[in-house]
Amino acid sequence: MARAVSTRRTAVFTIAAWIIALVIFFPILYTIITSFKSETEAIQGFNLIPSGTVESYVAVQSQSNYFKPFMNSVILSVGSTILALLIAVPSAWSMAFSPTNKTKDILMWMLSTKMMPAVAVLVPIYLLFRDFGLLDSRIGLTAMLTMINLPIVIWMLYTYFREIPGEILEAARMDGASLWGEIIYVLTPMAVPGIASTMLLNIILAWNEAFWTIRLTTTDAAPLTAFIASFSSPQGLFWAKLSAASTLAIAPILIMGWFSQKQLVRGLTFGAVK
Amino acid sequence: MNLKTFLLGTCSAVVIAGLAQAETLTIATVNNGDMVRMQTLTDDFTKANPDIQLEWVTLEENVLRERVTTDIATKGGQYDVLTIGTYEVPIWAKQGWLLPLDNLGADYDVDDLLPAIRSGLTMDNKLYAAPFYGESSMVMYRKDLMEKAGLTMPDAPTWEFIGDAARKMTDRAAGINGICLRGKAGWGENMAFLTATSNAFGARWFDENWKPQFDQPEWKNTLDMYVKLMNDAGPQGASSNGFNENLALFQQGKCGMWIDATVAASFVTNPKDSTVADKVGFALAPDTGLGKRGNWLWAWSLGVPAGTQKAEAAQKFVSWATSKHYADLVAEKEGWANVPPGTRSSLYANPEYQKAAPFAKMTLESINAADPTKPTVKPVPYVGVQFVAIPEFQGLGTTVGQLFSAALAGQMTVDDALAQAQQVTTREMTRGGYIK
Repeated sequence: MARAVSTRRTAVFTIAAWIIALVIFFPILYTIITSFKSETEAIQGFNLIPSGTVESYVAVQSQSNYFKPFMNSVILSVGSTILALLIAVPSAWSMAFSPTNKTKDILMWMLSTKMMPAVAVLVPIYLLFRDFGLLDSRIGLTAMLTMINLPIVIWMLYTYFREIPGEILEAARMDGASLWGEIIYVLTPMAVPGIASTMLLNIILAWNEAFWTIRLTTTDAAPLTAFIASFSSPQGLFWAKLSAASTLAIAPILIMGWFSQKQLVRGLTFGAVK
Repeated sequence: MNLKTFLLGTCSAVVIAGLAQAETLTIATVNNGDMVRMQTLTDDFTKANPDIQLEWVTLEENVLRERVTTDIATKGGQYDVLTIGTYEVPIWAKQGWLLPLDNLGADYDVDDLLPAIRSGLTMDNKLYAAPFYGESSMVMYRKDLMEKAGLTMPDAPTWEFIGDAARKMTDRAAGINGICLRGKAGWGENMAFLTATSNAFGARWFDENWKPQFDQPEWKNTLDMYVKLMNDAGPQGASSNGFNENLALFQQGKCGMWIDATVAASFVTNPKDSTVADKVGFALAPDTGLGKRGNWLWAWSLGVPAGTQKAEAAQKFVSWATSKHYADLVAEKEGWANVPPGTRSSLYANPEYQKAAPFAKMTLESINAADPTKPTVKPVPYVGVQFVAIPEFQGLGTTVGQLFSAALAGQMTVDDALAQAQQVTTREMTRGGYIK
């Protein structure tokens, strides 16, 4: 009897999970479906069965070169993630294992920078970029994306590191491990799931960042967010083309997310259940 | 060859290579059909000017406006050619942000530009942007539905006729709405339409002393008529419909009439996209007998920012893109109906264009009927038919647009929307120093 109830409950939860997942995923699914419609079909209301034409993809590719913004997206998201981890791992380590009475304040201060609306600092940042010759440069944008995501990266790593028993590090120290040896050979391997999920999340955040990537680039460093924005039109119906551009832009990160979902879930739930 | 000769030779080669290197123009533009077409035809320009390369930055209109404003205001120098509207040109020219276009070439024929469009882009007798395509607004209607309703659309209808026709054409069971009008909030969306319409009712944004006029009966008449008409004969959820949404509805045969940009005429008569392509008629924007029609005036134009280092090449490009030669090029490659409309008198005198574009006559008459310097019945201290050419208008127009959109959606009454619009506008104009 108990087993039947449990099976029924599992089935209900599974169905509920599927429905929620479908609802969340539906806008992306409909974007993909619309990308395989003609412009006329796209405006003819709700329809889940496209004619299967690839004319929008052909038009998107002929109107603008996909490869350049794609490469920029890869360079910016991977570059900013590596840079953020290089800064965040030692920072999180020091705050997790050598906390002072100001550590909590520093963490809160870092998080508070995420609460400020980006547009409030647009002009000062733009002027800084102009004066340092960083406008439309991948170096400038990599630094910008690093700084934007650094508070989240440090917070996540701090949370993961806090779950690691300090005694293990003490033991390593007693065995003569240096500071870097302790971080690289003891701490990092234990925190790999946490670091991996932080890395993946940071890549996704950097890939999707649209405010700064659109405003600080023109042609050379413009990533896929700028590529999508170029297909939005106030006067003309280009829904199928816009959907095709969006599909092309989200496909790489969607595929990466799909293959790394195990690591992501493992990392995000790291330390959640004791 | 000694070292000195070698170094001298190398330096000379580098200098020559540098000089021979192509100059790259960065052009900021919007993703409208005519702009996209231009990008596909630029080989003609680069062949004639092999020393100039073109790079395009295409963005959504509001993002483009914000980016270009930031860049110009901070002298970032990221762009060499800008796509800007009639609203920005007088404001930016006054700020010294745009270069006067005084080097467009001997064969440019600046006098061929339509006077109404040209006047909106000129300051102190200097042209600050060259029009790429111009538009006014007009009535696009379904001839079959009009006939079915037992009515005949006059060339110059009144709002009374439009209201009557819209109600008679409405057949909600068949999914047909008598009229589709903009309702989506925004200074360039519902407020473009409502400001232009209010001119026909004798309303104005400000009196000669910059005092807001939303508390006057003319605005109440405008908004009352609009809300009632849309409730009786408009589509469901009209408060979120802008140009694109109404275009989609009209092309699917769900609107009896649509009053919007003249540039839409080529979209609704294109059988590839429109299910009603052969049933569309055109008329001037309606009036109320006060001497002004509710048709606006807009041009997407190309300007050269003051911060560019490549002013000469930039003007060369602007000259090419807005020339008669470009019109001929589009006609040759894509047909006369696709030539950017509303900029040159010669296009409307061309019999081939008249034949290919049944909407040509009405477009020209609509453009000529709009006067940005005297937009409404009473005198005003500003320039602009569907906007007020002051920097504060973007924010103000959108705020008032949200109030009027809420009135259309039934979230507030017309009286409340007007009272709040008056309050907000008075506050902002006082803050801006217009009202002492």
